Amino acid sequence: MELLRFTTAGSVDDGKSTLIGRLLYDSKSIFEDQLDAVRRASVQKGSEHINLALFTDGLRAEREQGITIDVAYRYFATPNRKFIIADTPGHIQYTRNMVTGASTANAAIVLIDARNGVIEQTHRHTFIAALLGIPHIIVCINKMDLMDYREEVYTAIRNEYQAFASQVFPGQDIRFIPISALKGDNVVKPSENMPWYDDGTLLYHLETIPISQDHDLKNQRFPVQYVIRPESEEFHDYRGYAGRVAGGFFHPGDKIVVLPSGIESEITAIDTLSGPLAEAHPPMSVTITLKDDVDLSRGGMIAGVGNIPQESCDITTMICWMNPKPLQIQGKYALKHTTKDVRCIIQDVDYVLNISTLEKVLENKTIRMNDIALIRLRTTKPLFFDPYTTNRITGSLILIDETTNETVAAGMIV
Amino acid sequence: MGNYHLTHLKELESEAIYVLREVAAQFERPVLLFSGGKDSIVLVHLSRKAFFPAKIPFPLLHIDTGHNFIETLEFRDRMANSVNARLLVGSVQESIDKGRAVEETGVNASRNVLQTVTLLDAIEAHKFDAAIGGARRDEEKARAKERFFSHRDEFGQWDPKNQRPELWYMFNGKKRMGEHFRVFPISNWTEMDVWQYILAENIDLPSIYFTHERDVFYRDGVWLAAAPFMEMKPNEKIEYRRVRCRTVGDISCTGLTLSSADTVEDIIQEIAATRVTERGGRYDDKRSEAAMEDRKKEGYF
Repeated sequence: MELLRFTTAGSVDDGKSTLIGRLLYDSKSIFEDQLDAVRRASVQKGSEHINLALFTDGLRAEREQGITIDVAYRYFATPNRKFIIADTPGHIQYTRNMVTGASTANAAIVLIDARNGVIEQTHRHTFIAALLGIPHIIVCINKMDLMDYREEVYTAIRNEYQAFASQVFPGQDIRFIPISALKGDNVVKPSENMPWYDDGTLLYHLETIPISQDHDLKNQRFPVQYVIRPESEEFHDYRGYAGRVAGGFFHPGDKIVVLPSGIESEITAIDTLSGPLAEAHPPMSVTITLKDDVDLSRGGMIAGVGNIPQESCDITTMICWMNPKPLQIQGKYALKHTTKDVRCIIQDVDYVLNISTLEKVLENKTIRMNDIALIRLRTTKPLFFDPYTTNRITGSLILIDETTNETVAAGMIV
Repeated sequence: MGNYHLTHLKELESEAIYVLREVAAQFERPVLLFSGGKDSIVLVHLSRKAFFPAKIPFPLLHIDTGHNFIETLEFRDRMANSVNARLLVGSVQESIDKGRAVEETGVNASRNVLQTVTLLDAIEAHKFDAAIGGARRDEEKARAKERFFSHRDEFGQWDPKNQRPELWYMFNGKKRMGEHFRVFPISNWTEMDVWQYILAENIDLPSIYFTHERDVFYRDGVWLAAAPFMEMKPNEKIEYRRVRCRTVGDISCTGLTLSSADTVEDIIQEIAATRVTERGGRYDDKRSEAAMEDRKKEGYF
């Protein structure tokens, strides 16, 4: 059984919580005590039927205000796959939450209200999904019941979306499904109301999207997380490099390069508690031992001979700003990249992006919460990186405010 | 090159090992909160894997309410011994004796809430800067909002509305003096994942998870174990039943399931068919709709 992580994006009243509630309910992932609690709450609020949206409320403030404040994670499984949903709020001011949920997702569900069609929010959500490199997009055209389940409504929205998406991410895997989350059409069960559609329910797509190619399988990348030195009798001189494979396949006998020193060596073994492995690939956590004594510790990287990442102190990156305090140009921040910690200075802002129109704004360089911008920064020590579009692990970074310790930005290196 | 396949259990295992190694790399004095329950047993197992062939580089801490199942305590000592880890015990009884915590009274009295005092005192006394816990996001609605690296202020409090964004697998463990982190490596596991993993890895568990006969009584839809410190209402009567624990906490709040499951396979089948959540039998969560959120804000597990 494989694991699929997906995120949901929709505007406030697109029925996102209802859709997740429907997926959980129809796939029998909701337990009786949860159902009872929601039934009671629905009656209390005067609903005639069970309010499926209530399944996704977490915090007291969310229930009181009837909104979702923060990313919440939901889980369900079918006999074919296990699913992790990053349920992100649809409010405009919560772009940072959608970026967070999207950062680890294999797939994104973009919800469109059939009555409203493609709107500004749809553009924003699609752009963020593209920016975060989500490999698969499923566009759910919801509330078809309110449009009499008419095919032309669906077709018109699909065409409009395709025209827009071909500019934002040409070649992207995009699927379209007409649904009614409230009535359950095409979510888990095929709809009897839309005989003109036969491309599979939402659950069918979630269960069958191929995900084994979602990682970078071409470039050998192994950021060293921790050095294991048992210093015991049995493992006297053992020195293992622990980490999670970020790209490519590793085997004992592979010739590799150790960064930052650039020294070449060879893999002697890939160790785990259950015995040595013949192969390691993303996203496995393993321990690698090398033939030679080399200078390598946390923040270093093992890469393939003749295929090393770029090395530079000067980084150009798209960022999503996530803090109420605006970005300080010429300001200094702590920076995390793979397992490496450095400091950096912000050199300049190239442009701020209007993510509704995709216009580059050049004159106003103030970057506030939820803004997306292209910036240039300089690090105290060189980073070993790949473009984010090649590798989501070696191509991503975060910025941290050194006075508050808060994570203030997510960066996708270009 | 080309295709590869990793099962969901292997992927969850890899994620948890990654998180545990981040803890060892980012913190000076981490500790693993060990209750003797299945989730913390799985955590110890994962820790062995993360640092093999070295020893687990942090001690285990058990917050003992003094009202634990004896089977759990025996198991705890045996396990700490077998993985060669240092075991620390924080005693709720001691906190009560010192006047740091006040015993609840009445039929619903429990030392569950009092554990927070003992836990925070232990964290302060040992200067722990990261406490690794086995909490899972599928357990409870407040826990669904947790980060892997969850910041706690100098009073040990959680501020759910102002959490640091957590992107990709980059964990920000930076903090000021006196603050600490709670870290949850198995955040993304469900109850079923844990049991499937226990089966796949052949992990040993305390006997109370399997069917056994015990004196129990029925209260508000939950079977509870009879014990000298458990005050009973006049209409409640002790019965001898075949039961097992679905979660293991303190005796005062652990609901028992009528069950004849005596292998991990049986338990998996039972869970697959069950229609009540794991914590549905937890008396501590029934106090109010936001019982868990409120306890977590104060510094609970």
